[in-house]
Amino acid sequence: MTEAILQVEGLRKTFGESVAVADVSFSLRPGGALAVVGESGSGKTTVARMIVGLERPTSGRITACGHDRSELPRSARERRRRGGEVQIVFQDPYSSLDPRQSPAAAIDEVLRLHTPLDQAKRRRRVAELAELVGLDERQLAALPARLSGGQRQRVAIARALAAEPRILILDESVAPLDVSIQAQVLNVLADVRERTGIAYLFISHDLAVVRQVADDVVVMRHGSIVERGPAAQVLDEPRHPYTRLLRASVPGPGWRPARRTISKETR
Amino acid sequence: MTTTLATYRTPRLGPLGTAAATVIVAAVVLAAIGPALTSADPNASDFAHAYGAPEPGHALGYDGQGRDLLARLLTGARTSLLGPLWVVALSMAVGTVVAIAAAWLGGWLDSVVSAVLEVMFAFPGVLLAMLVAAVFGPGLTSAVLALAVAYVPYIARLVRSAALAERRKPYVQALEVQGAGAVAICVRHLVPNLMPLITAQATLFFGYAMVDLAIVSFFGLGVQPPDADWGVMVASGQSGVLQGYPAESLLAGGSIVLLVVAFNVLGERLSDGRRAPRPGWFPRRGGVS
Repeated sequence: MTEAILQVEGLRKTFGESVAVADVSFSLRPGGALAVVGESGSGKTTVARMIVGLERPTSGRITACGHDRSELPRSARERRRRGGEVQIVFQDPYSSLDPRQSPAAAIDEVLRLHTPLDQAKRRRRVAELAELVGLDERQLAALPARLSGGQRQRVAIARALAAEPRILILDESVAPLDVSIQAQVLNVLADVRERTGIAYLFISHDLAVVRQVADDVVVMRHGSIVERGPAAQVLDEPRHPYTRLLRASVPGPGWRPARRTISKETR
Repeated sequence: MTTTLATYRTPRLGPLGTAAATVIVAAVVLAAIGPALTSADPNASDFAHAYGAPEPGHALGYDGQGRDLLARLLTGARTSLLGPLWVVALSMAVGTVVAIAAAWLGGWLDSVVSAVLEVMFAFPGVLLAMLVAAVFGPGLTSAVLALAVAYVPYIARLVRSAALAERRKPYVQALEVQGAGAVAICVRHLVPNLMPLITAQATLFFGYAMVDLAIVSFFGLGVQPPDADWGVMVASGQSGVLQGYPAESLLAGGSIVLLVVAFNVLGERLSDGRRAPRPGWFPRRGGVS
């Protein structure tokens, strides 16, 4: 086994009395793709927010690229370094972009923060990133209000990639997109992974998407991991009843809502 | 999502809002070029003309001391507009900085700021201004400073709650994850996105400050006679009202009312429904929605 690029050990987060994340451990290898699945409220988004530093863990350890990030950054430099290690794309494409800033300016701002490139080189890099995610000149210069949800999400991905992170977290990032746009974005992500060797952490409730993109899967419920393993195995031969419930909830040919009987079984 | 879009669309002024904006622009222009419109000296008295009727070269007649009313009204427009401008500029600047620091840093700083603001709410602006004038001597400067201080909590509370909401938006969090500095995020993203709210609030508060300063001047604690100011003119015209010459008080009072209504209407149109309560004579309860 190669050294993990992202290691999460015994992660726990409580908000007052309620336990959002109970005890979560997993690791992600360089260039890997791990999916964290579970229903709303299972704590998967809180895990993602702790990894990028938007929430502080109550206890546990997070290590990315060999650096501990369980504590707040001590300096501006460390904060920037962390930004260059892990990036995140949020679920809601509508509020992910500053409404007063064009995509080109947003990406340029990240490049100024993370690279020593001069203006001309930054402009070339912005164009490269735009091409990578499939944005044209007009879209780059437009204000977010003039872009569709899918276009905004691609801007958010380009902006995250501009920092050249080793790990990209996608927190339900394709969930709000319609199916054809979703496929486009997933293709872009697969392409980027092939070209740059970036590792992905998918936070998702959509098993169809997970099957398409992830190598490994961990299944979360009520803040804990209930099942883990290679994606194909977990999705095709789920061992835990909750995973079977999640799988049975995916509509397909001949699908019938079977929630009530199965959820009784899982209790 | 819809609120985001609503916040950033250009506000529609409508006919009433456009009229209000026109009134304000006209007042500013008149105040700027005013003295050029009349050859009369606003401070030259000629008792032979006391309460004199309008005549060529003196379109609005004379006040009780035989001074040209048009010249005084136009000169008074300057102090009556510059005073509120300073109140609004100072209170908006201080209120915004304090609010954003509190919202961003949170923790004990936020608690302390919120507590101090609550205490400041207990001081009615006009009374504070009069108190300051009584202690440090009357004058426009002390009235402006006192009112600015009294207005700070109103703007700070509104901006703080808006900044807290803005801070939770993914675009701000994305910048945090990128490792951008707090000051850079606030200056380049947070404040510009709060500007529509702050501008609308400043417009509303301009009207309030105008009334409050006029009140302070009316009581003789703001602008000092013989300097022309609308509040001073309303006060000095009082004896004329009793003698059947209401022109001075009416003209000055009417100008104040017209402009305050204009600022209110325009501020209302710009504010999108989000506004702080009116800083009043008496402490108000009731929060910012």
